[in-house]
Amino acid sequence: MLELADVTAGYGAFTALWGVSLRVAAGEAVAVVGPNGAGKTTLLRTVSGLVAPRSGHVRFEGAELAGRPAYEVVAHGIAHVPEGRRLFPQLTVAENLKMGAYLPAARARFRESLERVYTLFPVLAERQGQRAGSLSGGEQQMLAVGRALMSRPRLILLDEPSMGLAPVMVLRLFDLIRRVREEGYTILVVEQNVRQVLKLVDRAYLLEVGRIKMEGRAADLAEQDFVRKAYVGL
Amino acid sequence: MIDPIFLVEAVVNGVLLGGVLALLALGLNLIFGVVDIVWIAYVDLVALAMYAVYFLVTLYGVPLWLAGLAGIGVGAVLGVLVHLLIISPILTSPPINQLLATGGLLFFIQSFATLLWSTDHRSVRVTLPTLEVAGIFVSFTRLVAFALALVAMIVLYLFLTRTYTGTAIRAVSQDREAIALMGARPQRLYLVTSAVGGAMAGVAGALLIIQYAVHPYFGAAFGPLTFMICVLGGLGNMVGAFFAAFIMAQVISVGGVLVSTEMGYVIAFVIFIVLIFVRPGGIFGRRT
Repeated sequence: MLELADVTAGYGAFTALWGVSLRVAAGEAVAVVGPNGAGKTTLLRTVSGLVAPRSGHVRFEGAELAGRPAYEVVAHGIAHVPEGRRLFPQLTVAENLKMGAYLPAARARFRESLERVYTLFPVLAERQGQRAGSLSGGEQQMLAVGRALMSRPRLILLDEPSMGLAPVMVLRLFDLIRRVREEGYTILVVEQNVRQVLKLVDRAYLLEVGRIKMEGRAADLAEQDFVRKAYVGL
Repeated sequence: MIDPIFLVEAVVNGVLLGGVLALLALGLNLIFGVVDIVWIAYVDLVALAMYAVYFLVTLYGVPLWLAGLAGIGVGAVLGVLVHLLIISPILTSPPINQLLATGGLLFFIQSFATLLWSTDHRSVRVTLPTLEVAGIFVSFTRLVAFALALVAMIVLYLFLTRTYTGTAIRAVSQDREAIALMGARPQRLYLVTSAVGGAMAGVAGALLIIQYAVHPYFGAAFGPLTFMICVLGGLGNMVGAFFAAFIMAQVISVGGVLVSTEMGYVIAFVIFIVLIFVRPGGIFGRRT
């Protein structure tokens, strides 16, 4: 479904990704783990079009997306839940969700999508008239995921969903992401919370200083070296 | 002492003036709040819309209502042109350069208007009766202008809160990158904002030409007042600008009756200076 081939990307003189290749099959959940500054966020930003790669290919369902701007990439069926959630804090919960369905195709199915999101995250229905900025961290993350679902994507990119959340909330959130998965979405997630994320995904990549260092099935990797490496960064 | 009836009349006139001032301030504040650039020449665009309505009516005999609608269109087109030709290239420039560019536009428009249309004062005569209610005289023209200004503001409000594009315009000012992830093109939203802001200038122009005469320096007369209202309400704060417009209009109108018309403006500006010392972010604060 998604294939990155030999992607090099960065900001100005700084190169964050060096020849990264990665694939995600339809229906799969894949994690990219690694220490801080490994290039995980840049990887997702390259897929969603916020960063244009210097070289390499980003292919999604046969379409070449490398260098396409973000507002076009989302129309292909990729929704990015960015690092730090990036909600519109002054807009209400309902308005944030409405923005998620900005594309014409998503607008046409707005009601249906909204019901699905509210079923998945009932707390968002309770708080629909509240400003997004007034929500708790966990609720904000749910809203960010819900907003992404409103665009009716086939692939969801999650950047550090557990960031800044209390441990209890982290567990709940991963539960909710699991339920999103069960709805049939393909997921590419970037996380520092390695132990939790490996329970969620099928496969994982270890990214270190901009290069893929290891790849494998989550179950095999969970109790290995890999985890230690990702945590310690060696 | 002043007959209280004059005072009541002044308050009523202040409310009517406030409606048009609020319209001006909302248009300017919308653009500032979203694109983050102050259009120094905003009221000069209003003056151009006034000229458009004036010439359509007097030269081509177009009915006033139709000329007014055309004025709105002229405003929207001017807004788009200003964005594409002047704002777009300097979006990422330092603020001082942006001020100089839109300030330069002000001088350009004023000089160009002088060259083309001379310094004559021109107005569209509307002969509507003056209403008398319980001894208070109210100009029917102003009442109509006020009502139409309110309608325009309600339409703007509905656009910004009910439509996808309007909501996205509010969203792009909060997070430009995130709105791109939703599938909206920020550059296009800026363009729509400029068109809407320009259309508001057009509405204001159509409503002002039936009350005031237009001349090349019309912008110099209403421009500072409009900025003052925006700053007082909190730059970018639409609700604040709305209320600030009515407060300032009251000061000008009532002050004008109590002392003199000129003193009304003097008092308004003194109050403005004092308030800005006390609350630098505007009385309603800047939207964050």
